[in-house]
Amino acid sequence: MNLGVQMGGEELSLEKVSAFFGKKEIVKSVSFDVANREVMALIGPSGCGKSTLLRCINRLHEETPGAWVRGRIQLKNLDIYGPAVDPVEIRSHIGMVFQKPNPFPGFSIFENVVAGLTIRGVRKRSYLADVAERSLRAAALWDEVKDILKAPGLSLSGGQQQRLCIARAIAVNPSLLLMDEPTSALDPISTAKIEELLFDLKKNVTILIVTHNLQQAARISDQVAFMYLGDLVEVGSTAQIFTKPTNVQTENYITGRFG
Amino acid sequence: MARDQLHQSHFRRRKLKNLWMQFLMTLATVIAIGPLLMVFFHIVALGLPSLNFSFFTELPAPTGEVGGGMGNAILGSLVMIAMASLICIPVGIGAGVFLAEFPRGSIPRTLRLVIDLLASLPSIVVGLYVYAVLVVPMKSFSAWAGTWALGILMVPIVVKTTEEVLRLLPFHYREAGLALGLSRWRVICSIVLRSRRKAILTGIFLALARIAGETAPLLITAFGNRNWPSGLGEPMASLPVQIYNYAISPFEDWHRQAWAGAFTLVSLVFALNLISRALMTSGGTRGGELGG
Ligand SMILES: Nc1ncnc2c1ncn2[C@@H]1O[C@H](COP(=O)(O)OP(=O)(O)OP(=O)(O)O)[C@@H](O)[C@H]1O
Ligand SMILES: [Mg+2]
Repeated sequence: MNLGVQMGGEELSLEKVSAFFGKKEIVKSVSFDVANREVMALIGPSGCGKSTLLRCINRLHEETPGAWVRGRIQLKNLDIYGPAVDPVEIRSHIGMVFQKPNPFPGFSIFENVVAGLTIRGVRKRSYLADVAERSLRAAALWDEVKDILKAPGLSLSGGQQQRLCIARAIAVNPSLLLMDEPTSALDPISTAKIEELLFDLKKNVTILIVTHNLQQAARISDQVAFMYLGDLVEVGSTAQIFTKPTNVQTENYITGRFG
Repeated sequence: MARDQLHQSHFRRRKLKNLWMQFLMTLATVIAIGPLLMVFFHIVALGLPSLNFSFFTELPAPTGEVGGGMGNAILGSLVMIAMASLICIPVGIGAGVFLAEFPRGSIPRTLRLVIDLLASLPSIVVGLYVYAVLVVPMKSFSAWAGTWALGILMVPIVVKTTEEVLRLLPFHYREAGLALGLSRWRVICSIVLRSRRKAILTGIFLALARIAGETAPLLITAFGNRNWPSGLGEPMASLPVQIYNYAISPFEDWHRQAWAGAFTLVSLVFALNLISRALMTSGGTRGGELGG
């Protein structure tokens, strides 16, 4: 499949995307675009369908029994729900970082970073070492772990584990990174470190991040999308959403009147 | 003031109650472990003095003569256990993976029921079954028959432990693998199985320890042999059966050897248990329960 990078074009485009668990419509006809190398923050009260929407984008939603998706999602020019598209293949172009750090148990730090490559059969030592260093540097973890690469990934602190997971996600060179509340389980210092590294990451990848922390959304994102009860209420530039939201619900949410 | 005193007397009463409970629990522990220790000391006291090098390397002495060993029985046991493992461990792990990773539907449900039934079969019944379907048609006791009997006893243990330890791995690790663009199959082989490998090994060692001492099913399948193992089609000696035969014999020297055999068997089972324990506790990661 052809995923050639077009500078400045749309990275991701959602068109009337609905997500279901059985008959229950959790995400309701959501449409928005994310431009190349932009950070979009997805905000909204708990249970409004942010995680579900994120999981539609890398086709993880459909792995849950009874879950299905309607609508159109385009990654660059590719309709990722197209009939000829292999979900396994598409996921290797889209990285994902979860709320809870989840380094693979029994894998060393090094093995964790390159897991996406080695499990697919990449064996070349020098190449793997290269990728590991590059990814760990990009995840701002290299200096802390370069001498303990053989230690178990789970022996790191929570914040380090999360950066390890970021390194693991970007090691396969995705063009889009989905992050589901990546800092909500972390202390303020680890959170600050991750926010900082996002600034460097966005030079190379487009980022769609779910967050409950509005200050964080304001600090790191270019665009903000506000969801409520499965609907996309408003999407706009970060400055606009936080200073003069057009929708009353958005205003209520960002001023802390509910959610 | 009065309230303070009340508080104190209440505190003292609680402390006494706590002590009394501690005493009861210690007592229960002693009652539970006591007989076990007695058996253990008995075996060591009677078995250890009868052990010597030739016990492990020599054939049984002709009836009535002093000396000889159980070399053939030890080897026979190892051969049959190894053969059973070779066949049953892959099958057992495969079925365990299937049950853990594809738990829904009628096929897994049926399989689980069959495995549970199999696990609860008394070993003599398994022996009897193998006797009927292998020994009788072949008109001979054989190591093959013994191997199958041990294998049938082993499979459900391996299946169940594999399924259980894989289920202990939270689903989000599998999702993390899928999100990396790995196929379900690769996630299972390279992440799920790999991250639980020590726990699976633990289960295997426990299964080995469980079948190593099986006597009844071997008695009517592999039967026993006074010579070195010569082929899987022949009757084959095994440690538990040899112990049984010697123990019920009228000869003093054979009784001594039976104790030596018992000691060897207990040591073997003990060692297997120790190995599985060591595997279980090694790992040293945070998230302890997933140290495997
Ligand atoms: N497996 C499932 N089956 C049925 N309903 C589900 C399932 N998973 C989630 N839901 C429902 O989907 C809705 C949206 O869940 P989702 O996790 O997407 O919310 P969220 O916006 O990410 O919330 P949070 O901020 O708390 O993470 C919830 O109401 C939840 O009850
Ligand atoms: Mg969520």
